[in-house]
Amino acid sequence: MYIYLPIAEMSVNVLTILAMGGAVGFLSGLFGVGGGFLMTPILIFIGVPAPVAVSTGANQIVASSISGVIAHWRRGNLDFTMGFVLLAGGIVGSTLGVLLFKFLESLGQIDLVIKLCYVVFLGVIGGLMLLESVRTILQVRQSGGRRRKLHQHTWMHGLPFKIRFRKSKLYISALLPLGIGCFVGILSAIMGVGGGFIMVPAMIYMLGMRTSMVVGTSLLQIIFVTANVTFLQAISTQTVDVVLAILLLVGAVVGAQFGSQFAVKLKGEQLRGLLALMVVAVCLKLAFDLVVTPDDLYSIVVSQGG
Amino acid sequence: MNRLTKLSMLLLAALALNCEAAGKANAQDLIADLSSHRVDITTGFTGADLLLFGSVDDDGDIVVTVSGPRESITVRRKERVAGIWMNTRSMQFNSAPNFYAVAASRPLEEIAPLEVLERQQIGASHLRLRAAAGGKKLLPEDENTFRTALVRRKQAQGLYASEPGRVTIIAGKLFRTQVHFPANLATGTYTAVVYLIRGGRVVHAQTTPLLVEKVGVGAEVYTFAHEQSAIYGLVAILIAVAAGWLAAAVFRKV
Repeated sequence: MYIYLPIAEMSVNVLTILAMGGAVGFLSGLFGVGGGFLMTPILIFIGVPAPVAVSTGANQIVASSISGVIAHWRRGNLDFTMGFVLLAGGIVGSTLGVLLFKFLESLGQIDLVIKLCYVVFLGVIGGLMLLESVRTILQVRQSGGRRRKLHQHTWMHGLPFKIRFRKSKLYISALLPLGIGCFVGILSAIMGVGGGFIMVPAMIYMLGMRTSMVVGTSLLQIIFVTANVTFLQAISTQTVDVVLAILLLVGAVVGAQFGSQFAVKLKGEQLRGLLALMVVAVCLKLAFDLVVTPDDLYSIVVSQGG
Repeated sequence: MNRLTKLSMLLLAALALNCEAAGKANAQDLIADLSSHRVDITTGFTGADLLLFGSVDDDGDIVVTVSGPRESITVRRKERVAGIWMNTRSMQFNSAPNFYAVAASRPLEEIAPLEVLERQQIGASHLRLRAAAGGKKLLPEDENTFRTALVRRKQAQGLYASEPGRVTIIAGKLFRTQVHFPANLATGTYTAVVYLIRGGRVVHAQTTPLLVEKVGVGAEVYTFAHEQSAIYGLVAILIAVAAGWLAAAVFRKV
């Protein structure tokens, strides 16, 4: 069953798109990542033009994030205070990121910068998380589940403007989540993703939040970032394909519900380990593509129609 | 309304071309038409096949070309820099056809010499593609490699014909050929040209226009996205919010 996408200007198999949306939605609900770092490359792989893939991916992530946030909220795994402090940082960051994007574009090589960003950040974050979760899983087995401290105290806890985040049981400086939100905002503008895969580990390891709380809170912030991206792309590039987005989100919202239900059954370290494995896999694939000799050294792009 | 005027203008232009040709040869020498003068890109569009048919009064070979609207294409070449493949050089080709198909009653090289094929731009490799001036000075052989790469990439996308299609001639009088249009077709005005070639020379040519347009829901979505983009963006977000909410509500009861 085929359907023609009016903005992407191509025809696709409806079932393929539904399945893709479902799979990415499941991971999104499970790990609290928007799934943009998976969805965008997959869409490009099936032949959707890159700008349409980025913009439409953002639109679809709005839906799966909302579906996921509501599910986590019902379980009480949502820290609104933390979410909005992160969001404030995110707005500043994404504005800076758009400016940086334009600067890199003027230098040429924006494609390469995007790919290198992916490889470096996915590699570092995935690798660190994988190490940590494997270590935790081994420790728990050896010590029979000894309870650890909620978090370690470091220099970060000496910063001013301390706020009490009741839900997360944290009393830390507002500068920390603001800074993380800002940094993730910059990266999401450059890489065209919600930024969950950076946000989630940053909240776990830098802020010391519980994994279960992190997932919902991260999704809350992603809703606003991706809604903003959707709107800006719609008015500036007209690359949001509503037909594609609806197909993707039908699959994704259902997948996200299953994902968040499944997340409850897993232990924090197992969840982190799985996310780490996925991040590392995507990183290796991207790195491989950069190094391996392409089939055709030449590529074409329509610079201007008509 | 607008598209009707465009179509009728094209028909008039085609007619004028025919009359001009009629001065030189008998108007009945070559008559050709398409089974349809428009391709509608509907919601279920997966490509289209059109029949091009006609009659010819003399012997000779029939060659049919169909080319799409012109566009500007940038060809980029990757080179290995510090172990990583990156785009290093590029060349822009203005006015390359978006789509190009060719069909002939015999292999092209048997029908006409290379100069004729090149002059008439018959065959994907004989398309007149010129690199845009400006930028770094490039050697002619470079331009050739980039041009071949453009044709090769277009062929890989199914938009340029790799092999000429077959024109069947029945009893030396009637001819027909099938032209295939893939699903990734661009909208715009296409031109079908039918050549009658005898002794390696084009003795007659007829041009027929063809309109490729989006129709139905797809066309409306496209117009909405381009003409009221702010509202379109908000609607896209609202759809996403509603869908997310709905899914969460449905699954709560389960």
